[in-house]
Amino acid sequence: MKLKLKIWRQEDAQAKGGFQNYDVDGIDGDMSFLEMLDVLNNNLVNEGIEPIEFDHDCREGICGSCSLQINGEPHGPDRRITTCQLHMRKFKDGDEIVIEPFRAKAFPVVKDLVIDRSAFDRIQHAGGYISVNTSGNTQDANSIPIEKQNADDSFYAATCIGCGACVAACKNASAMLFTSAKVSQFALLPQGEVEAHERVISMVNQMDKEGFGNCTNTGACYVECPKGISLENIARLNREYLSASVFS
Amino acid sequence: MSVLESKIPEGPIEKKWTKHKNEINLVNPANKRNIDIIVVGTGLAGGSAAATLAELGYNVKTFCFQDSPRRAHSIAAQGGINASKNYQGDGDSDYRLFYDTVKGGDYRSREANVYRLAEVSSNIIDQCVAQGVPFAREYGGLLDNRSFGGVLVSRTFYAKGQTGQQLLLGAYSAMNRQINRGKIQSFNRHEMMDLVLVDGKARGIIARNLVTGEIERHSAHAVVLASGGYGNVFYLSTNAMGSNVMAAWRAHRKGAFFANPCFTQIHPTCIPVSGDLQSKLTLMSESLRNDGRIWVPKHEKDAKAIREGKLKPTEIAEEDRDYYLERRYPAFGNLVPRDVASRAAKERCDAGYGVNKTGQAVYLDFKAAIERYGKEKAFTSGHKNPSKEEIIKLGEEVVESKYGNLFEMYEKITDQNPYKTPMMIFPAVHYTMGGLWVDYNLMTTIPGCYAAGEANFSDHGANRLGASALMQGLADGYFVLPYTIGDYLAEDIRTGAISTETEEFEAAEKDVKDRIQRLFDAKGKNPVDYYHKKLGKIMWDKCGMSRNAKELQEAMEEIKELRDDFWANVRVTGKAETKNAELEKAGRVADFLELGELFAKDALERNESCGGHFREEYQTEDGEALRDDENFRFVSAWEYVGNPRDAKLHKEQLEFENIELKTRSYK
Amino acid sequence: MAGISKTSIARKVAMALSGLFLVLFLAQHFTINFTSVVSPSTFNEISHFMGTNFVVQAILQPILIAGVVFHFVMGFILDIRNRKARGVGYAKFNGAANSPWVSRNMILTGIVVLAFLGLHFYDFWIPELVHKYVETHPDDPYRYYDETVAKFAGDPFRTGFYALCFIFLMLHLLHGFASSFQTMGVNNKYSGAIKTFTKAFAIVIPMGFVFIAIFHYFNNL
Ligand SMILES: Cc1cc2nc3c(=O)[nH]c(=O)nc-3n(C[C@H](O)[C@H](O)[C@H](O)COP(=O)(O)OP(=O)(O)OC[C@H]3O[C@@H](n4cnc5c(N)ncnc54)[C@H](O)[C@@H]3O)c2cc1C
Ligand code: SF4
Ligand code: FES
Repeated sequence: MKLKLKIWRQEDAQAKGGFQNYDVDGIDGDMSFLEMLDVLNNNLVNEGIEPIEFDHDCREGICGSCSLQINGEPHGPDRRITTCQLHMRKFKDGDEIVIEPFRAKAFPVVKDLVIDRSAFDRIQHAGGYISVNTSGNTQDANSIPIEKQNADDSFYAATCIGCGACVAACKNASAMLFTSAKVSQFALLPQGEVEAHERVISMVNQMDKEGFGNCTNTGACYVECPKGISLENIARLNREYLSASVFS
Repeated sequence: MSVLESKIPEGPIEKKWTKHKNEINLVNPANKRNIDIIVVGTGLAGGSAAATLAELGYNVKTFCFQDSPRRAHSIAAQGGINASKNYQGDGDSDYRLFYDTVKGGDYRSREANVYRLAEVSSNIIDQCVAQGVPFAREYGGLLDNRSFGGVLVSRTFYAKGQTGQQLLLGAYSAMNRQINRGKIQSFNRHEMMDLVLVDGKARGIIARNLVTGEIERHSAHAVVLASGGYGNVFYLSTNAMGSNVMAAWRAHRKGAFFANPCFTQIHPTCIPVSGDLQSKLTLMSESLRNDGRIWVPKHEKDAKAIREGKLKPTEIAEEDRDYYLERRYPAFGNLVPRDVASRAAKERCDAGYGVNKTGQAVYLDFKAAIERYGKEKAFTSGHKNPSKEEIIKLGEEVVESKYGNLFEMYEKITDQNPYKTPMMIFPAVHYTMGGLWVDYNLMTTIPGCYAAGEANFSDHGANRLGASALMQGLADGYFVLPYTIGDYLAEDIRTGAISTETEEFEAAEKDVKDRIQRLFDAKGKNPVDYYHKKLGKIMWDKCGMSRNAKELQEAMEEIKELRDDFWANVRVTGKAETKNAELEKAGRVADFLELGELFAKDALERNESCGGHFREEYQTEDGEALRDDENFRFVSAWEYVGNPRDAKLHKEQLEFENIELKTRSYK
Repeated sequence: MAGISKTSIARKVAMALSGLFLVLFLAQHFTINFTSVVSPSTFNEISHFMGTNFVVQAILQPILIAGVVFHFVMGFILDIRNRKARGVGYAKFNGAANSPWVSRNMILTGIVVLAFLGLHFYDFWIPELVHKYVETHPDDPYRYYDETVAKFAGDPFRTGFYALCFIFLMLHLLHGFASSFQTMGVNNKYSGAIKTFTKAFAIVIPMGFVFIAIFHYFNNL
């Protein structure tokens, strides 16, 4: 199939940037969206034009590197997948596809479609851990039984891949789904309880400092999240935060 | 003759590690504050090492090329992590884990290292649970286990199909704590371009800031390389796109020996290649072989008709199918180890029985399992006379509950429904057992340069068992390196900060800059990927699942030619001063083009078949691997002397004092 | 505790609390108004009580006004901050694909409701103040019903505009009421029931107001 692409190009963080139009041909439905971009890039290199920069690594939906706002939606029109798992069979011959970087003040553009998501890392630095030493003198793993439901919920929260689609989809560029997943993962486990108050306050403070917007519960994040991180986590974050603010 | 000193401690195997820990030098806490360590790589090995070293008090700098340490390739591991906890009470022990790993590795690994690995494995689970890693649990609240290929116990801990992700996030959380304390400085989107030696010791690295293109000098008292495996030398593999050999190869060029480069694991159950423009292969978990039956058509004409799209697999009658694994290996059937299963698939496809448009695929069929489970389910729910439809419906539900996410993933990629038509699978490059040679302390042949995780060669011999790479990475990082590195650093407590304003750093930086310039200067006509794909094809065709001397020699020639052509005709667009993915790829492919040749040479010189290394000349009458313990019971460690083909071989003889050498048989 | 007012979550909670408070007020207001349909005398009685009771007038009314002002001011502040958080805007943003219109347009529905409040103050509250404090009429416990009805009688435009505004209020509540529970951290097995209740409330109450207006309009044709 043949496609018309309208792609955001920007030399570096300071440059102004704008859209460029490209045509690609010979695209097969079995290709992934990123493989389609590979084809385009290969053509560009052959023409001596600098190819389009985009983040990617695992290409199987787990590393969270790939991003891309595709036709107005993060990770494109399909659900519960990342851009690298989006297949071209979702598009038709002759389609026009608009490709932009994820937009948020806290995610400045690095180049073309590559963005800087280190704000997420800083939120995790602020409290995304349990303070145990890695020395190997811990107690036996089975000495703390954990209710299966809590263990599972913690696991589901922990499956967040840190891609940033939640921020990109949110009309307020809010990072609440991400932060709530990180907080919930620990809040649901007895090991995480000890530092729960401190953790939630530090992480929320950092989240605010990074310049993300406020959550207005539109739920767009959940719909676009490739891992289906539940909105319950946001409620839990609110709850944890309130109780931490009141009781400590 | 050997310059290889493995430094294996004396004493009985189960005492070696404890004894060693008691005897090695330590650095006192106050002095640790004056010592800097560079950790290249933030996967399970690097992340866990960095966190622990920082916690001990060292100043740590970490490097990774991704935008966050948490995205290292370890994140993609699916199945699980082994530990000899014996929670299931099924007779597991450190010894058994040790034994299984050595045997699984076809007796080409170092006993002492493997035993230590088994010994600390339990600690890993304790550690991870304390950190909040949400492993799967049973209803009673205790940890659950599953079993993996090649072993007789259930010792694999897991978190659904995302074990690597959860473990890496655990290691990253430990890093976070140290970053927050200021003990780790993490340099993300930074690529190590060279190792810097001062007076023969590793004292720093040259790194490229991938955002600004700046070439930076970083000094330290020791350098840890945890940069992962080099499976991408095959272009197509299950590795992440960025996985590369640069860090290890640069160290190799500076004097670190490269061990067993040809030991590569080809995983039998991956989604087959669908087209020329494919960039990456996807693993389908090994666990599928518990219930799927592998087959190809019995008659060549049927296989041909299928390839041409004239026949559907479901139309082939039971008696016209060849369940070749069950036929060849009645004892283990579909559950033979990875290397055996992969070779058997290749054998059938080469003989003309392959399916898929390309002829490079076999079927993994769940029909029998669906019917079996369906009947069981119907029966247990009191339904004594179920119709065929009911059985299938119930069976599909059971299969969904076990493998639902994998089936979904398969369908997303191939657009075929694996409940209704058999899956197609084919072997793909997955893991590299070879890597930098290290001694018992994980130090390479360069003093002060350590290697951990998939980047070293240490524990898996010629074939790795499932769920043991994660174990090894974390064992190295949490429990081994933090001790052993102190032994070396104890001598550095008075050295003071290492200056980067020295000739050595100057020279290394210049080399790196010149090399980048040379890549741009080629100004040729072929994109980097053109070379990577060509290299991959040579590797796959001639150094892949089965190898022979003639083709390996050809491969060495072809790779050399390709490398020369690369340096003359590659086209790298853009500038060195900005983010430039083409330049990043070019640097990595340039190193693969050297490694590939050494790989072929290693395979050529190893005149035996063992584990993942299958030499057609060395097989039994019925096509099984023929190991030669008399002549090849050693680790090949290659010293760089200029051209990869001229590399000098050093042998580390392997002694087996605790395990009797046997021929692996799965019949 | 001091820092709490400065964080995004604290602001949201304040927004939710003030919203919930206004919802309560709305329920109360509706109940009183509804009596005007059933029994003018009850309506007069309650209205008189509300208009003259010291606690209501001197304590509850200022709190209510503060609540209204707070809710609006905070709403605007949050909206401005949220717009800023995006930075460079998208060329194509397909919000409809992932979220309900009402949730994305609270500021719009809110502004319409604010405009309505302006009119409402102009219609009822200012005349009321003038009546009581400027012109200092003697206390008349029977005037309320007639005054209320008079606003709608014979004025199809005003009645229509009231109805339209209440539709916007409904849209505002459809998202806002349920959303406030999520913000307060309530998301559990009762969430389904809460959703149903808040949805029902968001539709029934505003439509009830519309009904009252139309009732008086047609009743006095
Ligand atoms: C699909 C898949 C599934 C798997 N499943 C399992 C499983 O179930 N169980 C199991 O035990 N094993 C499994 N494995 C194997 C296992 O995941 C890996 O062997 C292991 O994670 C490697 O970890 P590592 O820390 O050594 O390296 P990696 O995780 O590969 O990390 C390498 C790090 O080095 C950095 N790096 C590399 N080069 C440079 C450079 N030049 N400069 C700076 N940084 C650099 C990277 O940024 C990265 O941070 C699987 C592998 C794959 C591909
Ligand atoms: S919550 Fe979902 S969308 Fe947001 S970063 Fe995590 S995985 Fe991505
Ligand atoms: S590239 Fe890793 S999630 Fe898409």
